Amino acid sequence: MLIIRNLHAEVEDKKILKGIDLTVNAGEVHAIMGPNGSGKSSLASVLAGRENYQVTEGEVLFEGKNLLDMAPEDRAREGLFLAFQYPIEIPGVSNINFLKTALGEIRAYKGQPPLDAKEFLKLSREKQKLVEFDANLVNRSLNEGFSGGEKKRNEIFQLAMLEPSLSILDETDSGLDIDALRIVSQGVNKLRSEKNAFIIITHYQRLLDYIVPDFVHVLYNGRIVKSGTKELALELEEKGYDWLKEESREKATI
Amino acid sequence: MANDNEILDNIANKEYEFGFVTDIEMDILPAGLNEQTIRYISEKKKEPEWLLEWRLKGFQAFRKQKLPEWQNFTLPPIDFQKISYYAAPRNKKKYNSLDEVDPELLATFEKLGIPLSEQKALAGVAVDAVFDSISVATTYKEKLKELGIIFCSFGEAVQEHPDLVKKYVGSVVPHSDNIFAALNAAVFSDGSFVYIPKGVRCPMELSTYFRINTENTGQFERTLIIADEGSYVSYLEGCTAPMRDENQLHAAVVELIALDNAEIKYSTVQNWYPGDKDGKGGIYNFVTKRGICKTNAKISWTQVETGSAITWKYPSVILQGDNSTGEFYSVAVTRNKQIADTGTKMHHIGRNTRSRIISKGISAGHGQNSYRGLVQIGSKADEARNFTQCDSLLIGDQCGAHTFPYIESKNNTATVEHEATTSKIGEDQIFYLNQRGIDSEKAVALIINGYAREVLNQLPMEFAVEAQKLLSITLEGSVG
Repeated sequence: MLIIRNLHAEVEDKKILKGIDLTVNAGEVHAIMGPNGSGKSSLASVLAGRENYQVTEGEVLFEGKNLLDMAPEDRAREGLFLAFQYPIEIPGVSNINFLKTALGEIRAYKGQPPLDAKEFLKLSREKQKLVEFDANLVNRSLNEGFSGGEKKRNEIFQLAMLEPSLSILDETDSGLDIDALRIVSQGVNKLRSEKNAFIIITHYQRLLDYIVPDFVHVLYNGRIVKSGTKELALELEEKGYDWLKEESREKATI
Repeated sequence: MANDNEILDNIANKEYEFGFVTDIEMDILPAGLNEQTIRYISEKKKEPEWLLEWRLKGFQAFRKQKLPEWQNFTLPPIDFQKISYYAAPRNKKKYNSLDEVDPELLATFEKLGIPLSEQKALAGVAVDAVFDSISVATTYKEKLKELGIIFCSFGEAVQEHPDLVKKYVGSVVPHSDNIFAALNAAVFSDGSFVYIPKGVRCPMELSTYFRINTENTGQFERTLIIADEGSYVSYLEGCTAPMRDENQLHAAVVELIALDNAEIKYSTVQNWYPGDKDGKGGIYNFVTKRGICKTNAKISWTQVETGSAITWKYPSVILQGDNSTGEFYSVAVTRNKQIADTGTKMHHIGRNTRSRIISKGISAGHGQNSYRGLVQIGSKADEARNFTQCDSLLIGDQCGAHTFPYIESKNNTATVEHEATTSKIGEDQIFYLNQRGIDSEKAVALIINGYAREVLNQLPMEFAVEAQKLLSITLEGSVG
């Protein structure tokens, strides 16, 4: 589904990603961990097409297409979804109207007719239930006055509505209390299928107790320095990141 | 990858869609302003003596007044002698039916999206169309007549309902009110007249469409709406003009009279030619709008201002009667080099009077947007209440937003609240919407309409959609 080859990127001439290689297949959940400033969120931003990131080298194929050539909205329409670390507030635009517009755009891109009001409402109710999203929040202005937890849960609700093939969760667990964490994780687990894939960016192992990954990668200094299975996450929790930093430095000097 | 700044630039530089000129034979009075001009207009319109005298009083007042200097922009010099004060399509015969109207003229209105044909009945809209100086056709007159509602051109009202006109004209905006109102009193050419009888609820939206076509003419229409006791009317005006390099003056006067328990809702969608991107040409929209509320009456102004090189107006309400209510809802968009200095005045005179002001300014390009409002509480206005909210939205970093709220209270039982915010459309907001599959143009339209929603909600249903479209066209893109 997603093939990243030797991806280099920079922000304002500062090198952030220094050669990322990663392959994600349908049905897989990949966790990307790493210390602060290692480039985790930058990777998410580059994949989603945030403007201030310059790709200097490498390629990214998404469902066989060159992702880096696409405008951000086309990446979304192709099925790439980013759950934001800090979801944005848009006053006066109702959550539901926003989702209707978004879904309409994505469907139009795929050559599908728009859902009529009844179908849309039905879909929305189903998904609210699935991810335990408060019906009152659906009609409120998009994220305006939402608590941190409500915003994160809204991201998962949007994910459920738009049914992307690849979802990137950028530190969705940050700022969540344990109940919210459980609800968000359950939502993701219900949405997991053989057809879609998830990249979960997180600082802590905690989230991975709920969403069990197939693969765990450690990002450090703009590179993936170690990959493994879910046991790697436990090892990191126990030992911290320092031993990996050492290891990567040794590698660099060899 | 789409560059947000580029998109914002495109949005800010979108061209004017209604800039075409209609080729039609016109009777145009040579430029110039003197007593003869006024006598000519009055004679042309076969006016009674009292109206000519009133016009001449307006002209005296005009000559004594100077252009104001308190505005927050530089007023370019206006040569009142270079303007023609009367222009009318040549076919002066009175039309008995729409079939007799010049097809070229009808086509113009079609192009503007206001078919005069009775098909509009379906939309429940009665339209009075003013082309340059004269009122071309008023639809549905007959239907309204059954209810005793008078909806006609001002000129016709002068002929057929002189008593009503004489009683109320200048009663809210006197002939000497300000220099532009005085000019209007002297040379007004036509406009609309509405009278709703006691206890009648007008069953359809009444609508006027103004268009300036001829070069070097000014448009000086005068609208007078009288809602008799316990009646209700909703009225909408829309405006466009061709693209021209010269500035054209539009100095209208609107007077609203809401008698006891009556309600008037007055909505404006103003899209006069704003000038080109360098600020050349465009309409000077200097309008005096004021209403008076008697006991328990209500007047509500709603305006969506997207056009004109300079918009300078303050639709106001005199809350004379006890328990009366005044409202002002405004969205003003300025882009390129446009200037808007607009707001309202709420004069609380009666007891327990209420007013509510919601102003939303949107500035893009090099646009300058000022809110200027006066809330005045008189000594007898016990328990008067006002709430004001004025928000400004900035698009790009070359534009400006300014707020000038004035509050004068002579009664210590009054409550006056004022809230103000300024925000920017952030790249973050656009990117967030992009990431959900919405392109940048639509994203901006969505954000703008969300921002203006509180005001757009006040517009009559069918016009809310149009206004939403206009906002999106003005700032490019369409709304989902």
